[in-house]
Amino acid sequence: MELGFLLGSLVKIIAIIAYLYGLMWLLARPSIWIKIAGLVGAFGIVQLALTDINGFRLLNNFDSGLLFQASAMTMVALGLNLIYGFNGQFSLGQWGFYGIGAYAAADITYRWINGDARGLLVLGLGALIGTLTLLGINKWLQRFRGIPVLSSFTLYLIGALITGAAAVYLGNQLNPLLTPLLGSVAEPGPLNSPVAQQVIYFLAVILAGIFAAQISFLFGLPVLTLGSDYFGIATLGFTIVVNTLMINSDTILPFPEMKGGRGMIGIPKLTTWFSAFFFMMAVIIIMRNLVHSSTGRSIVAVREDEIAAKAMGIDVAGAKLMSFVVGSFFAGIGGAVYAHYIGFLSPGTFNFLAGFNPLIIVVFGGLGSMTGTIAASFGWIFFLEGMLRVLLSQMGTEAPTWRFVLYPITLLLLMLIRPQGLFGSIEWGFLKGPEFITAPRQQPEPAHKSAI
Amino acid sequence: MQTAQAPSTPVIYQQRQPLIWVGRGFFILLGLVVAYILGTNLIKNPTLFAQIFISGLQLGFVYAMIALGYTMVYGIVKLINFAHGDVFMVGAFASYYAVAKYRLHQWPASAFPGINPTLSVLIGSITVILLSMLVCVILAITIERVAYKPLRDAPRISALITAIGVSFFLEFYGALNFVFSPRFIPYERPFEVVAWYIKNGIHLVMPGQQAPENSVTFSNIFLIIIGVSVLIQLFLQYLVRRTKIGIAMRACSYDRQAARLMGIDVDRVISFTFAVGAAFAGAGGVLYAIAYSLIWTQLGILPGLKAFVAAVLGGIGSIPGALVGALIMGQAEAMTMGYISTPMRDAVAFTILIIVLLLRPTGIFGEPEKEKA
Repeated sequence: MELGFLLGSLVKIIAIIAYLYGLMWLLARPSIWIKIAGLVGAFGIVQLALTDINGFRLLNNFDSGLLFQASAMTMVALGLNLIYGFNGQFSLGQWGFYGIGAYAAADITYRWINGDARGLLVLGLGALIGTLTLLGINKWLQRFRGIPVLSSFTLYLIGALITGAAAVYLGNQLNPLLTPLLGSVAEPGPLNSPVAQQVIYFLAVILAGIFAAQISFLFGLPVLTLGSDYFGIATLGFTIVVNTLMINSDTILPFPEMKGGRGMIGIPKLTTWFSAFFFMMAVIIIMRNLVHSSTGRSIVAVREDEIAAKAMGIDVAGAKLMSFVVGSFFAGIGGAVYAHYIGFLSPGTFNFLAGFNPLIIVVFGGLGSMTGTIAASFGWIFFLEGMLRVLLSQMGTEAPTWRFVLYPITLLLLMLIRPQGLFGSIEWGFLKGPEFITAPRQQPEPAHKSAI
Repeated sequence: MQTAQAPSTPVIYQQRQPLIWVGRGFFILLGLVVAYILGTNLIKNPTLFAQIFISGLQLGFVYAMIALGYTMVYGIVKLINFAHGDVFMVGAFASYYAVAKYRLHQWPASAFPGINPTLSVLIGSITVILLSMLVCVILAITIERVAYKPLRDAPRISALITAIGVSFFLEFYGALNFVFSPRFIPYERPFEVVAWYIKNGIHLVMPGQQAPENSVTFSNIFLIIIGVSVLIQLFLQYLVRRTKIGIAMRACSYDRQAARLMGIDVDRVISFTFAVGAAFAGAGGVLYAIAYSLIWTQLGILPGLKAFVAAVLGGIGSIPGALVGALIMGQAEAMTMGYISTPMRDAVAFTILIIVLLLRPTGIFGEPEKEKA
């Protein structure tokens, strides 16, 4: 039975990798219609496999859960790959931003279905006013040259605190307007219909991403000036602090509905394959377009040599901050999708030991390879869960520990045999970048010929 | 090892830094708030303050023992040895097995029946500590040979990932039932705890009795931790300053290539550094377990990280810096636990790291960064 299950797992991993390869190949075609057809088809195939047709489902609930987890993990790991693989900043804080995104989005939808719009209002207003304030401060600071980072950090912090307070105040004022429309769990109001809930869920995911991005901006501004190892330790500390705050969210932080270390229950399970696929593809496309833009080239240049990049006129601090903020945004989105799939958030999930997972995925797939990260995320989730199922029958309760004994060994072997990761710097189709996709340009006619 | 003074920058390149007082003001304000909290509490209840200070001192000296290994290894191979905290954990477990399973701390009493009981406990405890140190040394040399040495010339990233992998392996392999156990294990001390209290002089706390109100207590564990830690510091100072291998270590930390050209066996020096650091971590593990008397396989992670923060705080690569940084960390943690809130102790540790690195990137005792080509 175990052998059969393992083989099944292997077949699934191969099928998924073939699926991803095909999708990337279709997206690399020049015609926009083929791209759209590829996306719709890729969505449709899995949706069909998940649908119950006359009592037959190709993928059961276990598989669909793995798919959702893997798509959330893809977003997190791609964000980390942008920070670590493309920009060379050794970050261990990705898991903290993942947790922030998960808790923020869960809080919005949890409050919403319980007839309280403050979560959405406060985070929405915070995203709006906060981003505008930060941009305004940035604009104002550009009038000076050579501001010490501590001073700019202090100004941003003061701005963020004031706008946060303003958002909370405005949210409390506006909340009574929406409350009658929300109803309660027993009697859902017009704004709590299933369609409206999906809309709120999409908004919540994006707001959670923006919230994580704002925090990463404030945190990254001073911390990115540290050296690479120190940056790693500081971001690891960030993950630990976020986890501590989660454990004490009902005592130190004023969020009784998060229930501290007991875990947050009652989160509506709103994640569907459509939303998971939508956000995953959005992250992949944004990331690919960013990496192959001029901003992306400056991000890669900073990884290669900071001093040379500075000499070329690249804003090194800006490039680092850019990759860090965008990577955290992806992590926040991934966390939000995960929270609404699992329906239960416990601080133990966001433990800093688990925070090494995206790092290990990125290293397995290959630093600086988007293909590797995506494939490794899917492969990792399926492989680990498959291994757990096999080990459970052999080892009983020790199986989860054995899993974590085996995969450091795999990691050590990988580092010895293939330190550049499984995929090295291979990219598939669409992820290769526009210069490989567009048809070769027509050579312009030499000027002297037409003159004659 | 003084680097040459940089020529003074010409005036036209000197940048005026606008708004510099905004950032400074923020940190001055932060410092004033901390000073206010500490000052008011000191005036309100001086004995409580002294008690917290003593517990912070105890924690700090344990951190110092771990921080030495981090600072030496980082000084030479520029690697954050994540596995160091787990070596510390293995030291604690080794002493647990020696004491609880094999009764090793009682060997002098069984070998020489007429021996003075104090002497017997002393010799037995020293044996346990030395044995744990030996286990840690063997473990560290194995790790270095198996995991780090093949990656000596690989990019630093690979070594770092490997260190994380080794750390995971030790934690979870230790958590298997046939190795240690995934549970929290109550630790059996090799000697009895004797406590004293200070109130109009130093008095012994009688067994089965409480110390009186408004008195400061301390135990023999506190004295032993300070004693062992200071002894290790002195020994290390001697080792690094006076012996041949110490000079080789300093040479390697200054420039590994040049040291190799001078005929120093760099691989041996690196192995030796790992071994020395692991020995101290093992001693620290035993003392930590004796002091807090509860061990489990993930015991080493947070003390390890905080010790690294302490090493950075004092200036990485500097041995007195590790001690000073560790003492500051211990005090900060104890004061946070005492006056703010226990869960925030980790937050304070890492906040200190960030603030110190921003204000003085080389740490308190650190030498200025030498220019790299």
